[in-house]
Amino acid sequence: MKRRQFIQAASVGSSAGVLGLSGCASVGGARPKVLVVGGGYGGATAAKYVRMWSDYGIDVTLIEPNAAFVSCPISNLVIGGSKSMAEITTPYDNLSKRHGVKLVQDRVTAIDPDKRTVKLAAGSELSYDRLILSPGIDFMSEVIPGLSQPGAQDTILHAWKAGPQTLALRRQLEAMPDGGVFAITIPLAPYRCPPGPYERACQAALYFSKAKPKSKVLILDENDDVTSKPALFKKAWTDRYKGIVEYRPKHKVVDVDVKGRTLKFEFNDDLKADVLNVLPPMRAGDIASRTGLATANRRWCEVDFLTFESKAAKNIHVLGDAIQVAPLMPKSGHMANQHGKTCAAAVVALLTGKAVNPLPVYNNTCYSFVSDKEVVHVASVHRYDAAKQTMLTVPGSGGVSSAANELEGYYALAWASNIWADTLA
Amino acid sequence: MHRVHQSLAALLLLSASAWASAQATDPLQARSLAASCASCHGTDGRAQAGMVSLAGTPQDVLVKKMLDYKTGRIPATIMHQLAKGYSDEQITAIAAYFAAKK
Repeated sequence: MKRRQFIQAASVGSSAGVLGLSGCASVGGARPKVLVVGGGYGGATAAKYVRMWSDYGIDVTLIEPNAAFVSCPISNLVIGGSKSMAEITTPYDNLSKRHGVKLVQDRVTAIDPDKRTVKLAAGSELSYDRLILSPGIDFMSEVIPGLSQPGAQDTILHAWKAGPQTLALRRQLEAMPDGGVFAITIPLAPYRCPPGPYERACQAALYFSKAKPKSKVLILDENDDVTSKPALFKKAWTDRYKGIVEYRPKHKVVDVDVKGRTLKFEFNDDLKADVLNVLPPMRAGDIASRTGLATANRRWCEVDFLTFESKAAKNIHVLGDAIQVAPLMPKSGHMANQHGKTCAAAVVALLTGKAVNPLPVYNNTCYSFVSDKEVVHVASVHRYDAAKQTMLTVPGSGGVSSAANELEGYYALAWASNIWADTLA
Repeated sequence: MHRVHQSLAALLLLSASAWASAQATDPLQARSLAASCASCHGTDGRAQAGMVSLAGTPQDVLVKKMLDYKTGRIPATIMHQLAKGYSDEQITAIAAYFAAKK
């Protein structure tokens, strides 16, 4: 039986779908209901894999406000000018057509962990047996007061959620005169996508080197040093982008003068630039905070790494960039995809009365484009440590590229099309 | 006759060790281990263009390749770093999972 036929058969009556779910924990023999909130790398993957791994016996509804998935990885190439928005955008429809995930385009405004319901912006309410929350990040813009001036965030972009701001930042670079300065500021780690800001600096520099060679890229980093692939990025800046990129560590942004396009720092002199790209400190997506799940520093959500169940609320699992990460675990799309599968396996096990995998092992792979063709990677493998109850990197595994190279540029694009398919198709 | 006994014994020993290695990893755990490869190599090892498909590859071929990456016998951009994160037993289980996906 082909997969699609099976889904159709399963959707006709509930009997075919629940054959494998005799141990179902749901009341009255009804099909268990899983709600997934957030259709990024974590949520979309979890939605697909809960369907697949329950033999299409668990109902899955994915709630996501955006009409299509726009990938953060590869989005810096739109800013650099070598990729289009269409090339980083994937529709959600295969999740419903191939896997029977119910798609609801809406935003969740409230979660009631006791009643096990979520409220949608459109007004309706949905109930769940288990909720998978993949809310991504939101910005702590309040620590940079200038950003709350009316219209400030239309001018001073983060472009750290791929979408309209990605293209808007590209337009700002295009409109910048030759000889101008593009300044990108980086918050203290942890933040979404550790190498992302440095890749973006490379992409802006690549564009300037071709189109406006008198222009400069200034990287103003609150961290003491480049947080990911430092030697490889620095080599790109000193060799390939000599005279264009300048890196300045230990620069903590405390305010921004929007009209004067000026950054204010805790300890350093004010700095005026033509295009400001401010990445404020980040925390778990707002819905997680509002539900009381962001228990680590009131920023990130603590989870049980065997199931991704929240340590603050039963039957709610949190994935992706929003979690309080394990040591050396990056906040990345690849990692969120791996969280999604680990969580999906656990949710299926918990809803069907089976044992949860006691030893998750998964990896991270992150490619960064230092030009439009050459790439550097960082990779790691993470394994559950039962004594410490967290994920630890496997000793001797992982590493970075020996040098930027075109072969990995090819693999990076193949990685993208594969992970988009694994997540969404 | 003696030779027949010997080869029978060898065969039994071989299948016993194959059985042991197949049993060493729970099938659902093997599925999850294999899913950690799917981010790059496609769901159930069925890859999109540009990446090697693992589905349907004979188990011994996959095991040998991963062990070669692990020991550095064959060059790689990234697989030597990833292979070192998985035990030989986990690699065997992952390879069995993909070999069974036709």
